[in-house]
Amino acid sequence: MKKLFSAILIFTLIMSLVACSADGADTDADKEFAGQTLVVCNWGEYISDGEDGYMDVVAEFEKRTGATVEYVTADTNESLYAKLKSGAADYDVIFPSDYLVEKLIKEDMLAKIDFDNIPNMKNIMSDFLNPDYDPTGEYSVPYFWGTVGIIYNSDMVDGEITSWDDMWSDNYPNQILMFDNPRDAFAIALNKLGYSMNSTNEDEWRKAAEELKKQKFVYVMDDFFQKMPTGNAAIGVYYAGDYLAVAEENEALEFVRPESGTNIFNDAMCIPKTASNKRLAEAFINFMLEPDVGLANTEYLGYSTPNKAVYDLLDDEIKNDEISYPSEQPENWEHFRLLPDNINELMQQLWTEIKSENK
Amino acid sequence: MKKIISKIYLAVIFIFLYFPIGVMIFYSFNEPGRKGKVNFNFTGFTLENYKNLLSNSELIGVVINTLVIALFAALFASLLGTCAAIGISNLKNRSRKIVLNISNMPIINPEIVTGVSLMLLFVAVTHALGLRLNAVTVLLSHILFDTPYVILNVLPRIRRMDPSLYEAALDLGCKPGVAFRKVVFPEIFPGIFAGFLMAFTFSIDDFVISYFTGGNFQTLSVYINNSLKVGPKAWMLSLTGILFIIVLTMLIVVNLRERDKEK
Amino acid sequence: MKSKKPLFPYILWMALFVVIPLGMVVYYSFTDESGSFTLSNFRFISQNFSTILDSLETAVVSTAVCLVLAYPLSLIMMNLSVKRQRMMNILIMLPMWMNFILRICSWQIILENNGILNQIFGILGFGPYQMLNTTGAVVVGTVYNFLPFMVLPIYSVMSKISKPVLEASRDLGCNYFQMLRRVIFPLSIPGVISGITMVFVPAASTFIISRRLGNYNLIGDTIEQYYVGTAPDMHAGSILSLVLMIVILISMAIMNHFDDAEDVVIM
Repeated sequence: MKKLFSAILIFTLIMSLVACSADGADTDADKEFAGQTLVVCNWGEYISDGEDGYMDVVAEFEKRTGATVEYVTADTNESLYAKLKSGAADYDVIFPSDYLVEKLIKEDMLAKIDFDNIPNMKNIMSDFLNPDYDPTGEYSVPYFWGTVGIIYNSDMVDGEITSWDDMWSDNYPNQILMFDNPRDAFAIALNKLGYSMNSTNEDEWRKAAEELKKQKFVYVMDDFFQKMPTGNAAIGVYYAGDYLAVAEENEALEFVRPESGTNIFNDAMCIPKTASNKRLAEAFINFMLEPDVGLANTEYLGYSTPNKAVYDLLDDEIKNDEISYPSEQPENWEHFRLLPDNINELMQQLWTEIKSENK
Repeated sequence: MKKIISKIYLAVIFIFLYFPIGVMIFYSFNEPGRKGKVNFNFTGFTLENYKNLLSNSELIGVVINTLVIALFAALFASLLGTCAAIGISNLKNRSRKIVLNISNMPIINPEIVTGVSLMLLFVAVTHALGLRLNAVTVLLSHILFDTPYVILNVLPRIRRMDPSLYEAALDLGCKPGVAFRKVVFPEIFPGIFAGFLMAFTFSIDDFVISYFTGGNFQTLSVYINNSLKVGPKAWMLSLTGILFIIVLTMLIVVNLRERDKEK
Repeated sequence: MKSKKPLFPYILWMALFVVIPLGMVVYYSFTDESGSFTLSNFRFISQNFSTILDSLETAVVSTAVCLVLAYPLSLIMMNLSVKRQRMMNILIMLPMWMNFILRICSWQIILENNGILNQIFGILGFGPYQMLNTTGAVVVGTVYNFLPFMVLPIYSVMSKISKPVLEASRDLGCNYFQMLRRVIFPLSIPGVISGITMVFVPAASTFIISRRLGNYNLIGDTIEQYYVGTAPDMHAGSILSLVLMIVILISMAIMNHFDDAEDVVIM
């Protein structure tokens, strides 16, 4: 018995030594942020990670600055907010969407960014400066923008898909993917019923909830990347940028934005008040705006960039692509705005109901 | 007739238990799909998934973290639990019941309640100190749910022990510490060790409590769960294969030892 | 050895890490955003009442399936040679030692629309069936995860029934089923009860199994969703945790009422 004990002990000791020496090998003492740690919380599949010959952005940042990045992902704006609010996890850089930025500013949870440390802010197109969700432009730096649409597998679907109504079809049981977060899912039901995605009318939200309950959707976030290209799902609603990624894997996939309107979103980079290394966080944000880094992200992800320096480097084929850079933006493409408290609570209540009844 | 039915029954149960593992291991020898996803069309035998697994330094770091946490949690729990068990055995019936009931809370209570309640405490304390949830909060939570298992294993041993042995040792001039080490400890050690092993395995397998109390610190279960968000990955298959071999060897070794002991 | 002193650190420990955290859950259950006392959080109980019932139903069904599978298995095992019994024991425990999330992941791969099972069905010329994202899938996943917790206590109690007792009942003219009913079953009750509690509690409160295999929320998922998920509200999460805890403790108390054995040691 004693032998077994000491064997386990020695084993762990050796393992921890191995771990330490591996860590020690790549710190580079003379770099500016050597030995410091940055916790970045991004969305899944939302950064160029070295696949397909593109830059491994996180590794590159570590190389240039000497810092260590703890890179984690969140699923939804809501869970990101929940974790920040409850303190279940703390981050130095986050990538909230427009309406969450607005909420975080309102609840005083974001740090003001020192733009002296972000010289690359000059690369951002002027249309994207001081946006509605951050009117003073002190709290956020634009990362990507995009739209929501229906992605469907033309091998599995008869005919063409044109509107949100098609997502309520009975022909594809267990094969229709819906957003697994309340704001995005409700937006589709609200638009389908002809209401605003930012409706402040409780009845309209209740009707939208009824609508969502009518169909047994498969609620997914990042699972989309597994289910859609492999033919486990026939129809799915997701972000335009991700269509390009999945279409590469499966040529039968098509993209459509319903005529009735859709959601147009901006994702930003922000620093929470609780960040422990604001200076390094700013360095990271600045790094993300570098033309070569932005280009890698843009080409790899397929989302639409607000970065002029990056946009200029893109191929004409991409610049003229209607999916990523639509030539016009109709009136009925809505930005999400912060909802009043009563609607927010109602939405959460209806959402828990929907998720529990989806069986 | 009865024999045939029972054989069929056993076969059905074991197919149910081993089909999932078998599938995972079978496909672990298949070429991985795009971006390291699981590829369901068998395109060719390869050991690539195993190579990828062993060269995934992030995963190996997580495995080491998990082992270290489980080991230290089990060690602390053995110490704390053994002391507690000795104390408990000296309590009167009523107060013993109360202490045992509170002590068993972390394992009787639904895991998620233990997890979120600890999260509330740890968040309050770490934030007051300007810190974050980290490996230490995970370690503390693991000790918490490990300790009752140690107590439950040690208590019966103490009860079965003849108290006059210890007194005899004192009468023969032993100091209490020495008497404990020489007389009591060997008697209850099998219980401590069983508790330690149980604690260790529950720690390694834990998901829910680490999920809530870890912040950005990931144990193996949490790491797999986070990776699973984008769908099953091919390295999860080879991990299953390796775990299977390790667990099988371990169980066989332990068993052979026990059999030898009985002889 | 007569001293109670060794217990003191543990008392302090329990106060810190058992009592205070549960106290915090209670505190959040009865306060609002501003920290003042309120009873309005009770609305979350009525809003999620049907989810609580669903969870209990899933747990009851899963526990029943486990019991139905485990009892005959234990009976078969106790009639095997010692060597065989030991081997069976290993084989039943082994899957339990594999990682919890990996076990769920494997069922996801098997039950998916284009998954292994539907591929096999396809080759045999029937299907495909919808299996993932059904209540059935959740029960299968739960049973798979917790079956060993049912088998081990029942088997360990049964294996302790002394052979002479069984032989005596045979000699007194019992056939197998009479022996089963009159001798084995009554003696196996403590094992059955500890098996039921060990399966029921995690099954009723699990999160992740229902989400991954059923794509719907049971009460555990809802609590998780309130704390760190898509419906952030710590007060709602706390009061539901409290309710879940009370429900579980009550059902445990009822179960223990049937069971006279003191401190049933697990496994």
